[in-house]
Amino acid sequence: MSDTATTTGRAPSVYVPSAEALATVLAPGERPPRPSALGASLTFGWRALLKIKHVPEQLFDVTAFPIIMVLMFTYLFGGALADSPRDYLQFFLPGIMVTSVVMITMYTGVGLNTDIEKGIFDRFRTLPVWRPAALVGMIFGDVLRYVLAAVVILSVGLVLGFRPDGGLLGVAAGIGLLVVFSFAFSWVWTFFGLVLRSEKSVMGVSMMVLFPLTFLSNVFVDPSTMPGWLQAFVKLNPITHLVAAVRAAMGGSSDPTNTMWLLLWSAGFVVVFGTLTMYRYNRR
Amino acid sequence: MSKRTTGLAIEAEGLTRSFGETRALAGMDLQVPAGTVYGLLGPNGAGKTTAVRVLATLLRPDGGRARVFGHDVVAEADKVRSRVSLTGQYASIDEDLTGIENLVLLGRLLGLRKAAARERADQLLTAFGLTEAGTRQVKKYSGGMRRRIDIAASILNTPDLLFLDEPTTGLDPRSRNQVWEIVRAVVAHGTTVLLTTQYLDEADQLAGRIAVVDHGRVIAEGTPGELKSSVGSGTVHLRLRDAAQRPDAEKVLQAALGVPVQLEADPLALTARVGGEGSDLAASEQAARALADLSRAGIVVDDFSLGQPSLDEVFLALTDHPAVPADERDEQLEAAR
Repeated sequence: MSDTATTTGRAPSVYVPSAEALATVLAPGERPPRPSALGASLTFGWRALLKIKHVPEQLFDVTAFPIIMVLMFTYLFGGALADSPRDYLQFFLPGIMVTSVVMITMYTGVGLNTDIEKGIFDRFRTLPVWRPAALVGMIFGDVLRYVLAAVVILSVGLVLGFRPDGGLLGVAAGIGLLVVFSFAFSWVWTFFGLVLRSEKSVMGVSMMVLFPLTFLSNVFVDPSTMPGWLQAFVKLNPITHLVAAVRAAMGGSSDPTNTMWLLLWSAGFVVVFGTLTMYRYNRR
Repeated sequence: MSKRTTGLAIEAEGLTRSFGETRALAGMDLQVPAGTVYGLLGPNGAGKTTAVRVLATLLRPDGGRARVFGHDVVAEADKVRSRVSLTGQYASIDEDLTGIENLVLLGRLLGLRKAAARERADQLLTAFGLTEAGTRQVKKYSGGMRRRIDIAASILNTPDLLFLDEPTTGLDPRSRNQVWEIVRAVVAHGTTVLLTTQYLDEADQLAGRIAVVDHGRVIAEGTPGELKSSVGSGTVHLRLRDAAQRPDAEKVLQAALGVPVQLEADPLALTARVGGEGSDLAASEQAARALADLSRAGIVVDDFSLGQPSLDEVFLALTDHPAVPADERDEQLEAAR
């Protein structure tokens, strides 16, 4: 960015508080009606967009990281698990898309933790707006990042030879399901972002949750080769339902059972972790 | 306006709040009249910030109750929030955003439409001398500018009660004076200000009443004049030319001032409080007489000064312990947050 160090560049004229100028801004005007829940959430979402605009580096994790994931695993496992990386990709791409995006959800917690550390949330929490708006808006911003990551992965996949039978509509439906789940799952991280003391501990916890959740699933291999106890976990794992539903959508069919489970899990995450988050948010 | 400036802005009774082992608030009572600047004076870790956080609905008290304009800070938090604003000790604005963006964001959250929020932002930037800086990210602001944008954000909704938590800590003298001017303008327009500070002179300059806070409770309360006269309105510092004359000087001073004289570690130096209760003379008058007596007694004074009692002296007088070494406790508190 070119606008660094402008503070010292110019000789600023000395500010002298003028009673008249202050009087104009201090005159008590009409108090506007408080914004609606959605309006306030969207305004906080706008803040997230502004942050992306000013700190574009933060998009690194939704672009470079997914690309590395796709390339790495396609060529690492492709030959061994299928006839060729290209064949493996047809099975694997929806799964790695889910893995990457779900892993990115943890940044919601990291971001929240940083915001709280800096003190800005003190101001938000003294505003007379719908209480969850600051967090909902933050996750709105994150949803944009999820879509971006999904599109990046899809593009890399298409270049490498991924050919979804579901066409544009199927792919869009798959990404839609993924985004719904990720929105819901983000509430897990808002909770940890509020409870844990530092950014580092949020990262630590998220790795402990995300690695088993994404790897012990149907993302990389067909679960039928796993021992029974592991299959039981894999079957329960919401990521498994999500991957199955996304795979079906992108493959041009549908999987109502898994879609239903995935939506139930999503609702569960919002209800349980949304409630816990708001409890912590209000009681800090 | 009259509605905003009558009655009590804050009433708190027996507020308590602990963080683990540390009792940040140990039964704090406060009555803050509306339309004034009220100073909470105390060292780091005395509980000032915790009190502000409870009153601004950011923290629930463990016990006791507090009302802001008659609304309970726990049960009616939303009603309280619609009338207060907080400028915290740490930046309560988004450093990644520009000044304009911060103000527009808050304007929108307070219910202004886009154009109105933008107009309000421009007005505020002008009034706070930040027009040019408006399009820069706040992290590139100087300390004084940052404080100003923070306060500008706090008065965006012309609150009835403004919390300023150590607004001048870490600022250079010029920026500090600017903040003082702003606070005066804010209160002149009917907003009540609760100001926390570690500096007696700041409370003295701005506050109509002061509560001295220590270990989570109010240990003295009154107008700046009342507080100072309870401690002595000033302190005389003397340095003699000859250390051998110090015992004589002590006797002369004691006789002239009628107060105990303190012998400093420096063998040439003495200090004494003047202008305390029971003295019908002004501090300067007393000091002048004492000087005259010394000179008559043939004691040579090389250096003389008459100053306001420092926060440390106020504390010593009120608590028998100095104000400073609470830092460790403060760190504990920080960690507990």
